[in-house]
Amino acid sequence: MAEMDTSSGGGHKKGPGVKKAKKMSTRVDLTPMVDLGFLLITFFVFTTTMSQPTAMAMNEPKDDPDNQLKVKNSGVMTLLLGKDDQVYYYYGELVDPNTQFKGSNFKEIRQLIADKRNATPMGDLMYIIKADKESTFKNAIDILDEMTISNVPPGHYAEVDMSEGEAKLIKMTEDANGIK
Amino acid sequence: MGRAKLPRKSTNIDMTAMCDVAFLLLSFFILATKTKPPEAVAVLPPSSVSTRVAKEEAIMVTLTKDGKVFLMLGDKAHKDAIIEDINSSRQLNLTPAEMAKLKKLDFIGVPLNMLKGSLDLSEPIKPENMPGIPCGDSTNNELVDWVRSVSNSYKGESLENLNLCVKGDNLAKYPAYKNIKSAFKKNDIFKFKVVTNPEGVPADSELARNPPAPAK
Repeated sequence: MAEMDTSSGGGHKKGPGVKKAKKMSTRVDLTPMVDLGFLLITFFVFTTTMSQPTAMAMNEPKDDPDNQLKVKNSGVMTLLLGKDDQVYYYYGELVDPNTQFKGSNFKEIRQLIADKRNATPMGDLMYIIKADKESTFKNAIDILDEMTISNVPPGHYAEVDMSEGEAKLIKMTEDANGIK
Repeated sequence: MGRAKLPRKSTNIDMTAMCDVAFLLLSFFILATKTKPPEAVAVLPPSSVSTRVAKEEAIMVTLTKDGKVFLMLGDKAHKDAIIEDINSSRQLNLTPAEMAKLKKLDFIGVPLNMLKGSLDLSEPIKPENMPGIPCGDSTNNELVDWVRSVSNSYKGESLENLNLCVKGDNLAKYPAYKNIKSAFKKNDIFKFKVVTNPEGVPADSELARNPPAPAK
């Protein structure tokens, strides 16, 4: 009886001289792929900045010329922000600029703020912040941040416009110190 | 004496599992990372010790280092009302198509008199070429108008819901920031927030010794 080959393509009977096709292993070396995977992970981890921006709450006072806050001279420290991250300060009322008006910077001012805070009864304490037109946004935020760092409670510091005399004084000091 | 022969083990390890883990981690990190919302211009804010996280839905006033002011109306619920308010209060005469276009904008950085023209352009102006919202002295402060429209859109609601943020560049000059503040004050808004980068509390400071009670 004649037999029919039911198996489709490739099912030819091999002759004695035809070699069987070698069975290839299905295993692939995954090492390079793992390398690549971890390389990408490292790359993403290092390039991602985890910074979640924070917000600093601001409470501005209402401009009210009839109802100005009176503060004691002995409890006041005025901080003036100048060009090039310079901070100037004086205590009380500026009577004699030569002796009262002093220069400082953001590193030293922290100690000065803390000293004033510790030397003054809390009820009298007041920091007056005046920013020059040459100072930067960063300075304005940094000095408010210094208040938080020194645990000065809100209401004991205020931003006030600089008087012309003070602006001139800063200008003179900057010129004398060669700050551009 | 016959020595016990150790069977030689293959040094090939099956890497499939490790590969799975690596790519699982990779896909996790990629999917879990939030992309930054679009920004008008690159601004590097100063850092502060504040720990309060800035909310994303905010009316954001951006101040670049050359003193340009941009406004981002991130509060989607009020955006339409704000734009309609400024259109009617300043008589901008925007067509409905222009209004729709304006509502789609991520940020506003042109003076009001240029607004209509800039919306008709087929190619939008590049952010770095925008002149910014005029926010000078009292005579030319259009930010006041914008903030008025913002506060009008909150009529009837408590202003506590208004999340007004200022994001300024480190190098922006102080007077520019002062003008922004005065624009808020003119509209009787005294509370706002400044976006900063987080910074550690310096050791040996009052705050580090007596940390405040965590905010509720």
